[in-house]
Amino acid sequence: MSGLFSDVLRRLRSNRGAMCALFVALGIVALTLAGPWFNPNGSQALDWSHVASQPALQSAHWFGTDRLGRDLFSRTLEGTRVSLAVGLLASAVSLLVGIGYGAVAGYVGGRTDHAMMRIIEILSGLPLIFFVIFLTVVLGRNEYILFLSIGAVGWLTMARIVRGQTLSIRRREFIEAAVASGAGTARIIAKHVIPNVIGPVIVYATLTVPQIIMFESFLSFLGLGIQEPHASLGTLIAEGAGEMEAAPWILLVPGGFLAVLLLSLNILGDGLRDALDSNER
Amino acid sequence: MLRYFLARLAGAIPTLFVIVTVTFFLIRAAPGGPFDQEQTLPPEIMANLESAYGLDQPILTQYGRYLYALAHGDFGPSFKYKDFSVTELIAQGFPVTFEIGSLAMALALLLGIPIGTFAALRHNSAADYAAMSLAVVGIAIPSFVVLPFLGLLFGIRVHWLPVAGWEPGSMRYLVLPVAALALPPLSVIARLTRANMLEILRSHFIRTAVAKGLPLRIVIWRHAMRPALLPVASYLAPAVASIMTGSLVVESIAGLPGIGRYMVQGALNRDYTLVLGMVIIYSTLLIVMGLLVDLLYAWLDPRVRLER
Repeated sequence: MSGLFSDVLRRLRSNRGAMCALFVALGIVALTLAGPWFNPNGSQALDWSHVASQPALQSAHWFGTDRLGRDLFSRTLEGTRVSLAVGLLASAVSLLVGIGYGAVAGYVGGRTDHAMMRIIEILSGLPLIFFVIFLTVVLGRNEYILFLSIGAVGWLTMARIVRGQTLSIRRREFIEAAVASGAGTARIIAKHVIPNVIGPVIVYATLTVPQIIMFESFLSFLGLGIQEPHASLGTLIAEGAGEMEAAPWILLVPGGFLAVLLLSLNILGDGLRDALDSNER
Repeated sequence: MLRYFLARLAGAIPTLFVIVTVTFFLIRAAPGGPFDQEQTLPPEIMANLESAYGLDQPILTQYGRYLYALAHGDFGPSFKYKDFSVTELIAQGFPVTFEIGSLAMALALLLGIPIGTFAALRHNSAADYAAMSLAVVGIAIPSFVVLPFLGLLFGIRVHWLPVAGWEPGSMRYLVLPVAALALPPLSVIARLTRANMLEILRSHFIRTAVAKGLPLRIVIWRHAMRPALLPVASYLAPAVASIMTGSLVVESIAGLPGIGRYMVQGALNRDYTLVLGMVIIYSTLLIVMGLLVDLLYAWLDPRVRLER
């Protein structure tokens, strides 16, 4: 396992674009965590003497303020933090579901595998955003439900990948040894299959993080995700899009953050994928 | 071919039935109702309203009635837009949504395939890197960020195009929304075309074609293009889905009178019939698109046999 990881790391390190993306992404994460210490303005405080003021480095509000006089810098940082948290948590949900489903389908095989993969095929043919809209409307707007419903949608690709990995180790000697020593199917999947496929699968999971962040911002943009007074990047962008003509920075700041974040995560993900299967170039 | 086509269409009916049924009961299970307002209505008025729309009947009766009307091509009245039937609302908005959607699709294909082919032919050149960097941007940045940025640039900095609004027959209002909508599928198509073109250009039959002295242009057109487009063909159905979801936000940013807004508004307002109508329209579109993709696939790859 360590051999695989050091190989991947070595190949990733030689990919200059991916390394830049990694540093940009890490920088954004560090900024969202450390930013509040450098900025005296709270994300909810209303500054009535600076309503919708322009960005300026010498003023108290580096990135300007919104219509209510809230500091855009701290609101954007908070929004980025929320978006990142949703992205990571929902990816974790999809990882868990996908690993379970994919490992069972791949290991049990035969008709079960066929049926389980057919279900995934049908589900991935549907525009899942409609289901998430439905789920959030039906179950009420709640952040935990948001994580769950986005994660529940994101597990499809993950399950496919886990199944593929499982198929590749299914006939290996250590599995045969486990079967010979009388271990049950559930035990083999939990103790022998999953630990051996998890490495590459976690790398693939990083690919789903930007997709989920995009999905969440989309929902928040539509007003179905994170609610006021809290904000994710999507909420802030929706707010900014309405003020575009009079105060473009209300759109540009969160929009720019989301664009840079998604871009760096995507490039990093592409780099990781290339580093993982070196033969696909 | 025709028989296959009809059989597939007939096969779509049970799928649609399941989708309608699930949606019907799911939206009914949601708390609240279409007549909830800030002030609660007097119970008598509420009862009148509910009986006028048939909501006082048992749910299975309502379901049966809805299916009966649907089988006769009637989507029912909208609960929120009084005086409008769902059929009227969709008939008004659908042409707009269809226009921007199909324009975006056409743009994505007409630019994506040449860009991908070009990048593959100039593999590892500056042009290739530039095209692929643009494609990463197009995939990474969602249309609801791209469209306001384009609006800021072309509508507010330089007054070339209107930021939002709509006039029947005027293309100027459609340029920015269509561009924003087309960008993600365009990027995916360019990447797919490039990756497959690269692989095919290395294969033996291309080497043979070049070796026998055919000009490169003819090699690409006559030999390489068809197999290189296979993955693009299978991406078409997801592309339609992505354009559909994109149009939900793009229409609202650009102020276009399409049907995109009805999906979210309908669900939030508990406008039961409107939501069902939207779900039916969207699923039908997707099913038809899937069918067209299969036909296209069979044309591109003669090894695929449709008849079973």
